[in-house]
Amino acid sequence: MFEQLSERLQHTVKRVRGRARITEQNVKETLREVRIALLEADVALPVVKDFIKQIQQRAVGQEVMGSLTPGQVVIKIVNEELVSVMGGTSSGIDLKTRPPAVVLVAGLQGAGKTTTVVKLANWLKINSKKRVLVASADVYRPAAIQQLEKLAMDAGIDVLTPGASAALDIAQAALTHARSSGFDVLILDTAGRLHVDESMMQEIQDISRVLDPVETLFVADSMTGQDAVNSASAFNDALKLTGVILTKTDGDARGGAALSVRHVTGQPIKFLGTGEHLEAFEVFHPDRLASRILGMGDVLSLVEQVEQKVDKAKAEKIARKISSGKRFDLEDFREQIRQMEQMGGIGSLIEKLPGAAGLSGQLAGQVDDDQFKRVVAIINSMTPHERRMPAVIKASRKRRIATGSGTQVQEVNRLLKQFTQMQKMMKKMRNKGGMNRLLAGMKGRAPGMPF
Amino acid sequence: MGASKLHKRLSKSRLSLSRGLSQLFGATKLEDSDFDDLEDILISADVGVSVSEHIVERLRVSAKSHRISDVAALNEMIREAMVSTLEQTGAPPELSCRPYVLLVVGVNGVGKTTSAAKIANRFKQEGKSVMLAAADTFRAAALEQLQTWARRLDIPIVAQHQGADAAAVAHDALSSALSKNVDILIIDTAGRQHTHSDLMEQLRKIKRVLNKVHEGAPHEIMQVLDATTGQNALSQLRHFNDAVSVDTLCLTKLDGTAKGGIVLAISNEFQIPIRYVGTGEGFDDLQPFEARSFVDALVQEQ
Repeated sequence: MFEQLSERLQHTVKRVRGRARITEQNVKETLREVRIALLEADVALPVVKDFIKQIQQRAVGQEVMGSLTPGQVVIKIVNEELVSVMGGTSSGIDLKTRPPAVVLVAGLQGAGKTTTVVKLANWLKINSKKRVLVASADVYRPAAIQQLEKLAMDAGIDVLTPGASAALDIAQAALTHARSSGFDVLILDTAGRLHVDESMMQEIQDISRVLDPVETLFVADSMTGQDAVNSASAFNDALKLTGVILTKTDGDARGGAALSVRHVTGQPIKFLGTGEHLEAFEVFHPDRLASRILGMGDVLSLVEQVEQKVDKAKAEKIARKISSGKRFDLEDFREQIRQMEQMGGIGSLIEKLPGAAGLSGQLAGQVDDDQFKRVVAIINSMTPHERRMPAVIKASRKRRIATGSGTQVQEVNRLLKQFTQMQKMMKKMRNKGGMNRLLAGMKGRAPGMPF
Repeated sequence: MGASKLHKRLSKSRLSLSRGLSQLFGATKLEDSDFDDLEDILISADVGVSVSEHIVERLRVSAKSHRISDVAALNEMIREAMVSTLEQTGAPPELSCRPYVLLVVGVNGVGKTTSAAKIANRFKQEGKSVMLAAADTFRAAALEQLQTWARRLDIPIVAQHQGADAAAVAHDALSSALSKNVDILIIDTAGRQHTHSDLMEQLRKIKRVLNKVHEGAPHEIMQVLDATTGQNALSQLRHFNDAVSVDTLCLTKLDGTAKGGIVLAISNEFQIPIRYVGTGEGFDDLQPFEARSFVDALVQEQ
């Protein structure tokens, strides 16, 4: 997401960065480009206009002209305004109430509500250690209730199978059940509805009245265009939203809807859906995202992602192995690739690196996650002995491995060569003080990653 | 077509666009800033920055050369410009053979399953024999969703189970369609983000398998687009078209306030005709796309 907006803004920003003097004309040209970048990113027109006005006022005023580094100040202003449009710091979810805390989830058709409900439940279960109940009040779309049941059961989340056939009755029954069974949180999934459908909007208002939710979250598709302002403000008027969850951010949508929805509802974006799988769900950090858009990278999220998703026991085992001077072998290599896949693949890691916004497009072509699957296939086709002692792999073994993994001998060669290089690097790292040092360096000035 | 229905459904977008236009041209002489305002109106309809600029520029030049200054004439010019953009894609293909295999594709949540059911219903109403195939084996309860539709519409359906190989479902469905000699087979597929190359490869596989079972199949690959989608629709189409070559489009969710202006940007870049527009959740809320009615409904004065 956001890459193309980011690329464009970075390009604009680069031109003003080094300027010692900035004229009003410079600012005007820059703002015209910012305007186009935002519109192409699907930020709604009224939001763009406000945004530009804000920057213009500050940029043309004293703040810039009086500065010794006006270019830097313009970047700072754009960054601050981006952060402020997207809602300051991360706001999290507020469940401070007498349990069960009720979370009502609403949105248009196809935004991704049902998947989001289960992801949120799973997130709360893991991160807040809450007992969560989910239920679906979507009595309209065929098999919608079954969809939630299946997803929840796969995720090990308690789900209420409704006995009633009216949405309001289901909501009431779910609340009663959550209360009597001592759940901490009830998340209610609702039918997708158009904001202009009066009877459906009335229905969800009735549900809200019965449940008195502590959080009412609007699920918005990150691919939404200009209409985001209309739907979001209608839902906000009807329901008093407390936050937004932005879905499908793993595509290449430029994500301008995030800015629009935030602007018209005044409510923060709390989470991002980043894929079809249960764990593809992140807390949204506006300040970090603004930095990412301006090409300053999102190293904090990267470090967190690494910390959360890496299987610590296995990682430590590999680290110990390396530091104790034992050989890093192909089994360890395969394990590392698996862990990287758990973190959402290399693409998701790269886009968080500083300066990567311009890169990630090109890299996506080269460092395809598919390649890693092929690498794993090649390693899988080796015998345990070969994995531990890659030196024994000569021509006929290479042919067998290539055939077994459905690849070419050249690919096997390439892997072995890369692996040898990696072994050398591991050796160097051991000499310099290991993983900790590498991570410490990353927090500071963010060097290239070891892959 | 259901012109009056579409007209009614589009009333929201028509209102805002025509209100904007009459504000622009209701006044006296045309100013340069009026054209800038028109550009804003088009951008707000998701037409996109470059296409909006292009349309407005064309209007500016013609208005000057024809010395046009009144509202009606300009309105007509805008309409013509839009219709000609939409019509340059040509017409959707004819149902030339039997079984005619229609493969429905698109990103997540655009309305593929509902559209597949509506299209099946439409052909059934025309007296054709129709079969559905549930090749969305990924999303939980997707096949139950299509099965429910099939039962309601009394249309035969081929389905396996969640997690089954989508290409195998497509294979079985086409074999069955061949032996039962049906007129049209409509295959629903899983929603996929166009940027995931492995999922796009899966789609290519489905296409290959279909062609192996029956040469020439699938005869039509229809991509479903959500009218509320912004500029990303272009990227979606680019990727799907590169992967499997898209033949037609179906534009859904036109019953909200989304203006569907993205189809102008699409028609400007691709030679892919829009076959249907979806205007609601009922099984008859589907109309053939017709450029003139669509544009009329979009810009018509009150």
